[in-house]
Amino acid sequence: MDFSTIRNLITRYCTGEESWVDSRTVYIGHKVPPPGTEAYIPQRFPDNRVVSSKYTFWNFIPKNLFEQFRRIANFYFLIIFLVQLIIDTPTSPMTSGLPLFFVITVTAIKQGYEDWIRHKADNAVNQCPVHVIQHGKVVRKQSQKLQVGDIVQVKEDETFPCDLILLSTSREDGTCFVTTASLDGESSHKTYYAVQDTKAFNTAEEVDTLHATIECEQPQPDLYKFVGRINIYLDRDEPIARPLGSENLLLRGATLKNTEYIHAVAIYTGMETKMALNYQSKSQKRSAVEKSMNAYLIVYLGILISKALINTVLKYVWQANPNRDEPWYNQKTETERQRHVLIRAFTDFLAFMVLFNYIIPVSMYVTVEMQKFLGSYFILWDDDMFDEELGEGPLVNTSDLNEELGQVEYVFTDKTGTLTENNMELRECCVDGNVYVPHAICNGQILPGAAGMDMIDSSPGVDGKEREELFFRALCLCHTVQVKEEETVDGIKRGIHQGKSTSFYISSSPDEVALVEGMKRLGFTYLRLKDSHMEILNREDEMERFELLEVLNFDSVRRRMSVIVKSSSGEYYLFCKGADSSIFPRVVSGKVEQVRARVEHNAVEGLRTLCVAYKKLTHEEYDQTCRLLNSAKLALQDRDKKLAEAYDVIEKDFILLGATAVEDRLQDKAADTIESLHKAGMKVWVLTGDKMETAAATCYASKLFHRNTQILELTTKRTEEQSLHDVLFDLSRTVLRQHGSMTRDIFSGLSGDYQDYGLIIDGATLSAVLKPTQDVTSNGGNYKEIFLEICRNCSAVLCCRMAPLQKAQIVKLIKASKEHPITLAIGDGANDVSMILEAHVGIGIMGKEGRQAARNSDYAITKFKHLKKMLLVHGHYYYIRIAELVQYFFYKNVCFIFPQFLYQFFCGFSQQPLYDTAYLTLYNISFTSLPILLYSLMEQHINMDILKRDPSLYRDIAKNSLLRWPTFIYWTLLGVFDAMVFFFGAFFLFDNTTFTSNGQMFGNWTFGTLVFTVLVFTVTLKLALDTHYWTWINHFVIWGSLLFYVIFSLLWGGIIWPFLNYQRMYYVFMQMLSSGPAWLSIILLIIVSLLPDVVKKVLCRALCPTTTERIQRMRADRIFERVETNIRDSLLDGIQNTTEA
Amino acid sequence: MMASSYNAKDEDGHHPGSVGSGGPGAVKSKKPDNTAFKQQRLPAWQPILTAGTVLPAFFMIGLIFIPIGIGLLVTSNNIKEFEVRAVAIATSYCVIRALCSYTAPRTKDFSNVFMYYGLSNFYQNHRRYVKSRDDSQLNGDKSSLLNPSKECEPYRTSDKKSIAPCGAIANSLFNDTLELFYIHPNGSRIAIHLVKTGIAWWTDKHVKFRNPGENNNNLSIVFQDTSKPVNWRKPVYELDPSDPDNNGFINEDFIVWMRTAALPTFRKLYRIIQKKKDNMTPTLPPGNYSLEVIYNYPVRSFDGRKRMILSTISWMGGKNPFLGIAYITVGSVCFFLGVVLLIIHHKYGNRNNNADIPN
Repeated sequence: MDFSTIRNLITRYCTGEESWVDSRTVYIGHKVPPPGTEAYIPQRFPDNRVVSSKYTFWNFIPKNLFEQFRRIANFYFLIIFLVQLIIDTPTSPMTSGLPLFFVITVTAIKQGYEDWIRHKADNAVNQCPVHVIQHGKVVRKQSQKLQVGDIVQVKEDETFPCDLILLSTSREDGTCFVTTASLDGESSHKTYYAVQDTKAFNTAEEVDTLHATIECEQPQPDLYKFVGRINIYLDRDEPIARPLGSENLLLRGATLKNTEYIHAVAIYTGMETKMALNYQSKSQKRSAVEKSMNAYLIVYLGILISKALINTVLKYVWQANPNRDEPWYNQKTETERQRHVLIRAFTDFLAFMVLFNYIIPVSMYVTVEMQKFLGSYFILWDDDMFDEELGEGPLVNTSDLNEELGQVEYVFTDKTGTLTENNMELRECCVDGNVYVPHAICNGQILPGAAGMDMIDSSPGVDGKEREELFFRALCLCHTVQVKEEETVDGIKRGIHQGKSTSFYISSSPDEVALVEGMKRLGFTYLRLKDSHMEILNREDEMERFELLEVLNFDSVRRRMSVIVKSSSGEYYLFCKGADSSIFPRVVSGKVEQVRARVEHNAVEGLRTLCVAYKKLTHEEYDQTCRLLNSAKLALQDRDKKLAEAYDVIEKDFILLGATAVEDRLQDKAADTIESLHKAGMKVWVLTGDKMETAAATCYASKLFHRNTQILELTTKRTEEQSLHDVLFDLSRTVLRQHGSMTRDIFSGLSGDYQDYGLIIDGATLSAVLKPTQDVTSNGGNYKEIFLEICRNCSAVLCCRMAPLQKAQIVKLIKASKEHPITLAIGDGANDVSMILEAHVGIGIMGKEGRQAARNSDYAITKFKHLKKMLLVHGHYYYIRIAELVQYFFYKNVCFIFPQFLYQFFCGFSQQPLYDTAYLTLYNISFTSLPILLYSLMEQHINMDILKRDPSLYRDIAKNSLLRWPTFIYWTLLGVFDAMVFFFGAFFLFDNTTFTSNGQMFGNWTFGTLVFTVLVFTVTLKLALDTHYWTWINHFVIWGSLLFYVIFSLLWGGIIWPFLNYQRMYYVFMQMLSSGPAWLSIILLIIVSLLPDVVKKVLCRALCPTTTERIQRMRADRIFERVETNIRDSLLDGIQNTTEA
Repeated sequence: MMASSYNAKDEDGHHPGSVGSGGPGAVKSKKPDNTAFKQQRLPAWQPILTAGTVLPAFFMIGLIFIPIGIGLLVTSNNIKEFEVRAVAIATSYCVIRALCSYTAPRTKDFSNVFMYYGLSNFYQNHRRYVKSRDDSQLNGDKSSLLNPSKECEPYRTSDKKSIAPCGAIANSLFNDTLELFYIHPNGSRIAIHLVKTGIAWWTDKHVKFRNPGENNNNLSIVFQDTSKPVNWRKPVYELDPSDPDNNGFINEDFIVWMRTAALPTFRKLYRIIQKKKDNMTPTLPPGNYSLEVIYNYPVRSFDGRKRMILSTISWMGGKNPFLGIAYITVGSVCFFLGVVLLIIHHKYGNRNNNADIPN
């Protein structure tokens, strides 16, 4: 359910349509603004109560029941149950009511328990005390009573109770440190700023005198976006307006760190906080198996209805003779007679439906759910996927998609942090074409000073030296890195200086950390930011202080960031670093050519390059810049756009200083993993924001592209030369020619030697391809199709320069293509979240860029290499397990119900059930449920190690191969055959004769029990035949459930049960067992029912074995051979020994 | 070999604990237990069904089933069964004298002979019929006796009194009387002694069916507030006045009838002709017999047929060639499949093996 729509409705309802506004006004401390200011529309805000629970004590039962019966399966069973209650049905309502009740109760208890926990958590949060300033005093309040406009005091290590605007802090500079670990998983401290004009209001009394209003946008879920304005009224003058941005907004859920206390005003409370708005259940993903399961269900529903219809029609045809309808010995009651024939027919139809309804078993849903839930633990427990470094194993956020892991056809992977380590290290920097390589850390000791620098090229002159130092300073200043301090302030300087890790750098971007650390090794150490002065230690151990004036933050569109600093000598500098493509066009002087060559060289090596440039600003220029920035920052609307425009104006006319190259090493076994995925028939696409050369280099390194891969380029460079149209058609022609020969290769069985293609496309071209063209004349609409056609024939695709949303677009495009392939997206950063959510299976990597990806994913792993085991082993297992589970469930219920159907032909279509009620009820619940559940948890048709070693086995199960219609029909026909065997076997045995040695006769219940016994044994043994992995648990459960059936039957028939109104089963089972022919026929019928399946299996294996079967065979042979050789060897030894003797 | 590898892993697990930055405690708590079960590495038997493994099973089945089948068939064929189709005549008394010549071969049967009546086209398994009974009434429950279950409708009450035994099954109790006479060569008719006990399941007679009123031997008093089933000529306590252990609900003819048959054509055990004590003379000596039927039970209306069957019984019950034939068939099929698989195994098995080795 969408929270926001409800909320909108409620707000609209409460405030009235007219007063619905896009921004809200908050009176700080609830003080009315001075008269004369604009008339504000009073708005009502919710209190700070957080409700994450779904139910209350009163509405739990109705609401929970309603939710549960919204599931189509539950609803179906409810209907069946109600039908059984209302009409006179052959089976007691217990048979379907009991399982349904069980399922509903278990689910309700589970959901109730979860909700109770949520209630407890809510209460804990809502009732936790917060400090509110009222009339100059600090008052304790329950968190839920907090109102918008309250001034809140938060102490160190406390969590913010709602979304707050920071007014003042205990620190003089008006900053505070916050960790947002519980919001986005980033544990690094972030700095937030108090409003400049209020930071002086430090104590409770002072804050209370503050007279101000805040205007801000209505709540929205984006954590990193906020625009607002504060109007401060001082001495009844014109109010001072200050911009508010996300750096002033403290989010609920974040924790205050390293700051004694802060004062802040509540602006969003309760369910309107950004955290609450982000608390949304992700849209449910459905696996392919579930889809085929639903398709089967529909088929079975069809079978069910047609069976009921056939029987109803036949019943009335047969009953046309009144002596059959109502013979003298079997009269109807008056009420029955008086009923209208149509009503009777309809009731009969319903009764047949009820009789046959077990063909769609409740328990299948329960078993599937349980299998998924329990099965996911094997992923959690997997030792191979446990990462020792992080101390964490994989996470399973949803167990609904376990089997989908075995069906993946397309893998979309992020590059940085996923394929690569995201463990950056400065490899080199290039100043004006001179290359510097910082020394690596030797034995944990950093060589001090200038000795840590190697000059490859000739040493620069005086001018060069100056440029070089400027470059280093630029890198030391142009960043957003924070220094995490250890306890003592004194120790820092020494600590950094001596290379002891008493302090370290923290940043949201690992590149920056790498750069700053690299600078440290080159002699320039960034110490800290103090009173908006950045302190650096230069090579001569002298402290240099620069006043930090402006930070033009990095964003992925601009792909650069800048700082404006004022040196101690009073000069204004603007330093900028960014991607080469965003710097070079803005450079006016500097040794562009040398640097560009170096950058390109490094990019090809797979290094991440950044260019550094600067410009000097005069005081006037700086003022102008300041004004420009401030006006943009103050804008309430379109602030981002205006800021971007301002940045564009400011960041130009640079002087190029040089470039850096940061190495991002490939993850352990990334290449091996990609190769395995390729062999498993998956197509791997790399989607990255990086530039083409770097990305391509990584692709080569990770074996995504091989030396002999022919690279097709679809980039802006090429489309500039030719039209997009021509390029696309060119490429598709190349690929299609190849495709023809490839299919031939497959036919001739020599698929190893064909040319494979790799495609490189960049973001700009991609959006051109995807953009629906307006003019109808050109076949522009087909671009998408052509593009897909090309992609389909490429073994690897690299998409570079991608915006996060484009990643999701690509995934969507492939998902929607005509084969509807199963896609998997894997990534580690916030920029991958959209594609992770979009793909069928989203995998997050718990990496350095926070936990956002991991939290939004379906599964989270620690390293890319674990994907191999995840897909090839776990995915494969889960798929074959659940496929068997689904097919087997339908099979066993065909076996179960079809004899009942046949029996109708011999009992005058009277809906007489063949089996006793207890058997009808317990068949799916206990007699046959555990073996299949256990099978679906434990089955390993092939050893794990072989699956890992031989990825091509994955192709055997591709495209949902075990759940295709032919397989399904085979299982169903097998079920029908078995049912026929059971029924007619018993039929001919009972045919007008006795089979006891005392001449006594058996009745209809013995007949049913005989069929049922054969049924239970056959169905269980069929599963035993399918089991390839017999652990002691399998033995225990399979033989145990057969034993349970026997014991239950003995008990059930052994006593006159006082609470039952019938004793039809009394001694039936024992009497049956006392008869020799019954035993003989049970054995015979079981063997006959199993025979065709065994023969089919053996023949298939012998005549056209699948790869899987070959491997199994090979393994068996090998064991056999080993035994044989062992025997031979020992024999030979023996012979030798004897001859020697 | 497996165990050693686990140990190695365990040791590995300890190293990072001391190195890891998160503190050893944190590392340890999250690390999964390295048990064989959790790692899905439980030792297991991994059988696969190949021609090679299945072959012996097929031959075995063939070799075991065919002799069993032959045995069953022979046993079944040795059973003497004799069936008389009762011709429904409008008169209530009917004697059939057509048996004479057929009983001649019964020379060597020294065992019991079982006498059945059979009905066809009689749907005892009709749902309305099957459920039309009250088991607690039949079990001697006092309250059910006077207030029978609703399931018994429309045979629940008559004349405002509850019917005992209620329900359609009881109401339609088979009430023909069959008597068998040996016609001595001198022309005199000797009645064959027909035993009417031991025809119902022991548990039915002694546990499931019980007369109400504990030890009150006077059943007419026990049943005084009840009414007889409408189609019955006499009340339930007069079913067998001669034998109190066979009267009322525990009358064996009644119990036999109450066990509803599985199929519309069925037979029910009627009487047992016990073997002669001396074991020298056959149970039914060769000669002519006459069957006398007191014909009460109407079957014409639903196209039913009545039969009387005399049959001996072996350990496998009555005459039924099905099981024997089925066993022989299945045995032969298995044998045949075994041969086919053997050929396939030799032809293809080797080829596959050869193909596998380069892999």
